[in-house]
Amino acid sequence: MVTNITNFGRSGLSDWLIQRASAVILALYTLFMVGYLLLHPNLDYATWSGLFGSTWMRIFSLLAFVSMAAHAWIGLWTVTTDYLKPTAIRIAVQAVIILAIFVFLVWGVQVLWGA
Amino acid sequence: MSMLQVSVYRYNPETDSAPYMQEFQVDTQGRDVMVLNVLAMIKEQDSSMAYRRSCREGVCGSDGMNMNGKNGLACITPLSEVVKGGKLTLRPLPGLPVIRDLVVDMALFYKQYERIQPYLQNDTPEPAIERLQSPEDRDKLDGLYECILCACCSTSCPSFWWNPDKFVGPAGLLQAYRFLADSRDEATSERLAELEDPFSVFRCRGIMNCVAVCPKGLNPTRAIGKIREMLLANAT
Repeated sequence: MVTNITNFGRSGLSDWLIQRASAVILALYTLFMVGYLLLHPNLDYATWSGLFGSTWMRIFSLLAFVSMAAHAWIGLWTVTTDYLKPTAIRIAVQAVIILAIFVFLVWGVQVLWGA
Repeated sequence: MSMLQVSVYRYNPETDSAPYMQEFQVDTQGRDVMVLNVLAMIKEQDSSMAYRRSCREGVCGSDGMNMNGKNGLACITPLSEVVKGGKLTLRPLPGLPVIRDLVVDMALFYKQYERIQPYLQNDTPEPAIERLQSPEDRDKLDGLYECILCACCSTSCPSFWWNPDKFVGPAGLLQAYRFLADSRDEATSERLAELEDPFSVFRCRGIMNCVAVCPKGLNPTRAIGKIREMLLANAT
């Protein structure tokens, strides 16, 4: 048993499962976005704003943002533990990554529910 | 005369400040010999050349090395399989500390093997004759018990290169599953608890280098997948 305190779920198994579940959600969100943009070639502000005004789209988008946050944390944490061997640098980079993910997540919520 | 040009990794820490490649011309007399035979011919030219070998028939696992970029056992690898353009490059197994020439320090590899407790654990008093196993349960061990611990797989795995102290590696995980799959073993939940962290099993990225190089044709990636399935079934 190798102990870790900076990975997302504190367990390799939960990280592994979350990584796969979040990948599926992100793939569905990407497919939806690409499909929507292709089907609306003359997209105007009202339609775009209306899409994100609906509750189901906010749920879907927030789900995608949270999935993105978890997915990025798990993936980049793995990269730091593979390639950054000096502890001080590794912890600093992990802290920056986690802070950035938190900022983007809150920002995303603000964009979804703001204005 | 059919000369083979062989480039060999040389390093003697007592006299060399850095490793270097040494060129040899070897006369194979046109025969498709094994790489180990070529090493024997090189040793006749330069007796300071160091490499491990023992059974010379792919059973002991001593002569694992990197031949033209691919790990394998020198004793069962014919020249026709590895030589490209009349050239052969021999290096030690990648990722492990070099003791001398083609001899590597396998301590970390063995430490990971030891960690998975590679022995049957059963506290039930033994029956009068032996612990019986159905033919079906015995079949589950095929493709697992044949590993000879040559380290070709683990030293071809980038995840093992970066974290040899934390990631068990394909060889160790194949053996971990060999005991998880054994119907006579009673330590399954303890074994699984030791493996659920982000490194021991889950640092495997499934690139299957281990499967590509295994000289015994075993499939550690499949075993790792089975361990993941057991962990998942146990924890959800």
